[in-house]
Amino acid sequence: MTRTRTLRIDRIACTGQGLCAELLPELIDLDEWGYPIAGDPAVPDRLRTHARRAVAACPRLALHTDDDPA
Amino acid sequence: MNSSDTTPLTRAPETSTAPRLLAGWHATGRPDTLAGHLGRHGPSPVAAVLAGRGRCGGAMSLVDAVGAAGLTGRGGAGFPTARKLRAVAERRGRAVVVVNAMESEPASRKDRFLLAMAPHLVLDGAVLAATAVGADTVHVCLPRDRSAQHEQLGAALEERRRARLDPVRLRLHALPPAYVASESTSLVSWLNGGPARPGGGPPRTHERGVARRPTLVHNAETLAHIALIARHGPDWFRQAGTPEEPGTTLVTVSGAVAGPAVLEVAPGTPLTAVLDLAGGPTERLHGVLLGGFAGAWLPEARLRTPLTRRDLAPLGAAPGAGVIVALAGSACGLTETAGMLAYLAAHSARQCGPCRFGLPAVAEDFTALAAGRADPDLLSRLHRRTGLLPDRGACRHPDGAARLAASALRVFADDVDRHLAHGACPAAHRSPQIPVPSAAPPETWR
Repeated sequence: MTRTRTLRIDRIACTGQGLCAELLPELIDLDEWGYPIAGDPAVPDRLRTHARRAVAACPRLALHTDDDPA
Repeated sequence: MNSSDTTPLTRAPETSTAPRLLAGWHATGRPDTLAGHLGRHGPSPVAAVLAGRGRCGGAMSLVDAVGAAGLTGRGGAGFPTARKLRAVAERRGRAVVVVNAMESEPASRKDRFLLAMAPHLVLDGAVLAATAVGADTVHVCLPRDRSAQHEQLGAALEERRRARLDPVRLRLHALPPAYVASESTSLVSWLNGGPARPGGGPPRTHERGVARRPTLVHNAETLAHIALIARHGPDWFRQAGTPEEPGTTLVTVSGAVAGPAVLEVAPGTPLTAVLDLAGGPTERLHGVLLGGFAGAWLPEARLRTPLTRRDLAPLGAAPGAGVIVALAGSACGLTETAGMLAYLAAHSARQCGPCRFGLPAVAEDFTALAAGRADPDLLSRLHRRTGLLPDRGACRHPDGAARLAASALRVFADDVDRHLAHGACPAAHRSPQIPVPSAAPPETWR
């Protein structure tokens, strides 16, 4: 079974540190207060490593990736 | 403590749809006692649902009957009720049912009116739902500032206990009266001993809610409809409304109408007809607010639209929890909106970025726009920040505020231009027409 990986942000845990947007600018932008704007949550295969790094770097553990059945 | 909250708004109006939920009130003009309720509606088929582990009337389980009836949630979101029932019923372990009677929407009165006039219909529905999903406990959640309603419901529960009516335990709770405390995740958090603030998923409430058990949260009116579907079946339910949005629904009509009231109407009724049932407009209208503070404005030219989700969606509006506020032509839509946004900003839980920064900033700019104090960048800033509120919070609070702000900029576009070019209109200097509760943050979440 093929699986799509999607980004999920814990909006309550997030305090707008902004590391995710630095490590994954292809998928995450920041608003004027530094909080993430994620358009399409689907992570393309070529960005999987970058996404994993961004998840690991979040100091609030607010960024997650979920495997959804395709 | 305010006890006037539970008094009926007005008299019994002439409706084209025979009242169902409010049948007792239309007949007697008084709250239904347990005896009156049973005499009118007959006994609750809870034994049948319990005996067949969900068999109701022989042929169909209660969940299937609710599905065939096409009942959707009457708390605002309009989610299919049977899907929520099924999701909880399919989980392992004893479930819990929560009656959401918080009705925190400031312009809504329908749930407290229904609970005041037909408490046993709501409680029947809660017990039937509990029986159908395998729950042994029902938690009834009311805000703390409705002491009279709390007392009345306590008496109704006592009446049922003495009559040994219910195979499940019913508990009444008084929660902090805050706007976002009515979110289902807020209720679950509070019942678990935490603050009545929204939580983010996962796990979802139906998977792990109160006491880590599968939890079904339904609006009070939704449960009352279940009580009638269990008695009369899905075909009866579908005799009112439209094929896609069947049944009846409660609406709260207020503002510039001669007889503000809680009414039971059929989806599909044109908005003008609903306003007429509430005595009709007292003057030429600017438009109506649909769905409440988290709803949308509809211009006067669109008031012939039928009250259904399908007809209102292309206009960026929805029936929501049935709030309809008529705005007088002499009022300033921007001033009214600014007051509501300030309230929504103050009543957020301040947990997520959009509610900590975006929403207060939007509310502040709207106040400046309404007062005619706009700087040259205000409008583009307002559009940009409003567009960034939805889908970025743990709950839908910022989404609702964005809907209100965006619809005001759209529907009152002429007023926006005038306020930008010439400063505030004369109406902006008068006090707002739509009552807005104090914009002070909630004192406690516990």
